[in-house]
Amino acid sequence: MSRTKPLIIFLGLILIWQLIVVLTNVAPFILPSPLSVLTSLLERIEELGRHALITTLEITIGLFSGTVIGVISALIMAHFKPARSWLLPVLVVSQAIPVFALAPVLVLWFGYGLLPKIVMATLIIYFPVTAALYDGLRRTETGWLELAKAMGASNFSILWKIRLPAAMPAFASGIRVATAVAPIGAVVGEWVGSSAGLGYYMLLMNARVQTDAMFAALFVLAIIAVFIYYLVDKVLKSCITWQTESNPSDKL
Amino acid sequence: MLAKGRVGKMHTDETHKNKKQSKQNPNPTPLGLHVHNARLAYSNSPIFENLSTEISAGKWTCILGPSGVGKSALLRMIVGLGPIDPATRIFSTDGTTLVKKISWMAQQDLLLPWLTVFKNVALGSHLRGVKPDKEKVLDLLNKVGMHKYCNDRPDILSGGQKQRVALARTLMEGRPIVLMDEPFSSVDAITRSRLQELAADLLTNQTVLLVTHDPLEALRLGHNIYVMSGKPAKLGQVMQPNDQIPRNPSNHSLQEMHSLILAQLKSAVIESN
Repeated sequence: MSRTKPLIIFLGLILIWQLIVVLTNVAPFILPSPLSVLTSLLERIEELGRHALITTLEITIGLFSGTVIGVISALIMAHFKPARSWLLPVLVVSQAIPVFALAPVLVLWFGYGLLPKIVMATLIIYFPVTAALYDGLRRTETGWLELAKAMGASNFSILWKIRLPAAMPAFASGIRVATAVAPIGAVVGEWVGSSAGLGYYMLLMNARVQTDAMFAALFVLAIIAVFIYYLVDKVLKSCITWQTESNPSDKL
Repeated sequence: MLAKGRVGKMHTDETHKNKKQSKQNPNPTPLGLHVHNARLAYSNSPIFENLSTEISAGKWTCILGPSGVGKSALLRMIVGLGPIDPATRIFSTDGTTLVKKISWMAQQDLLLPWLTVFKNVALGSHLRGVKPDKEKVLDLLNKVGMHKYCNDRPDILSGGQKQRVALARTLMEGRPIVLMDEPFSSVDAITRSRLQELAADLLTNQTVLLVTHDPLEALRLGHNIYVMSGKPAKLGQVMQPNDQIPRNPSNHSLQEMHSLILAQLKSAVIESN
């Protein structure tokens, strides 16, 4: 895995950005130059750090609770047939209603603090995690199930010791997707109503036409999202060592 | 390179195999089973009906047949996988229930990729929530020549090695009746013949039902050989070659039987077309 390539792309994009600023002579409150964003970032580093901490907290807690609730629902749906017909509609509805539409209601109910953002992040994570794990649990190789059955294993034992481990690669891709979308939940929650967090800060700076600070916040948010994704991916890879990568060039 | 190592191991194992022979077979009187009035149909087209046979205790019974004739289905019915007709009765020769008396070895190795070789062999105990007999696992891994890979994951093993582990896992169950569904068909000829020798050696005096499409395999291993054919399928006349197994199928005495089996299989294929 090469680490220089993403860096080259990153620097290339910055260069294009700078070129656009120079060539179009655009007003700094529309598109600030990379350098002014960097200056703004360094100037406000403390402030940004404080808001970033809040957003990171929302994302991590949301990721954790969304995964836990997702795992429990998937296991229940896979193990108890009657539960499937009850939970599947909930799962679909949880995804059919846009989280953005729910945000104002959640803020109304849970106030301006951390809670509505965590709920938002949880909601947005719940679907990919549950769907991926449930799918994985249903797609166990029949031969393994038959072998376990012939060995006299109970249904619960088969679920826990065959189907769940077999579903791990599918579960991992669900978590990867969830990790990628988790920041959306947190930031949308902050936009609708909050007094802290990067989303709140971006809105505030936007209103004050301090576009460079807004971009600085956006940059920090991107760094956080990438870092969390990287961390989760690392943990998943070290946990599921038996999965053979059929296409090594797919690695991130 | 790997194959050479395996040959060497098999020779060294030969010496202490005999010592443990008594320990390996916990059932002094082997158990056979009867299949009575077996019936199976897929979407109203009968695969077999009124099929009755006896799987003799302590013997290797081989069922040959063209693919799709229902031999695997019959075996799976005995294992307890898949549907069973209420009229069908399957019972052991001593009249007791067959629950926990049968172990099953499939065509694929079915090793779990997330477990080590050791844990794969001990899978039965693991699934039933009991502590595995570690010594027995190691002993069996030793017998199949795979103890060196004890802590490795199955993905580094070759096809033949995986089947060895699968064989050890089947034996680990310690059941008196072993049902095998073309267990050696997915490996190359040399590996297959070694696996056949190994299985014959480790399952001496045990009741085995082996389903295969390979007449030579049946002639090597079978005490009782049946050809299954027709629609609905029937079992043909039993053939009983009389030497010790594993036999050398190029023996002159077996040639006649071989051509007989081939003739039966040919007519079976023509019939089904």
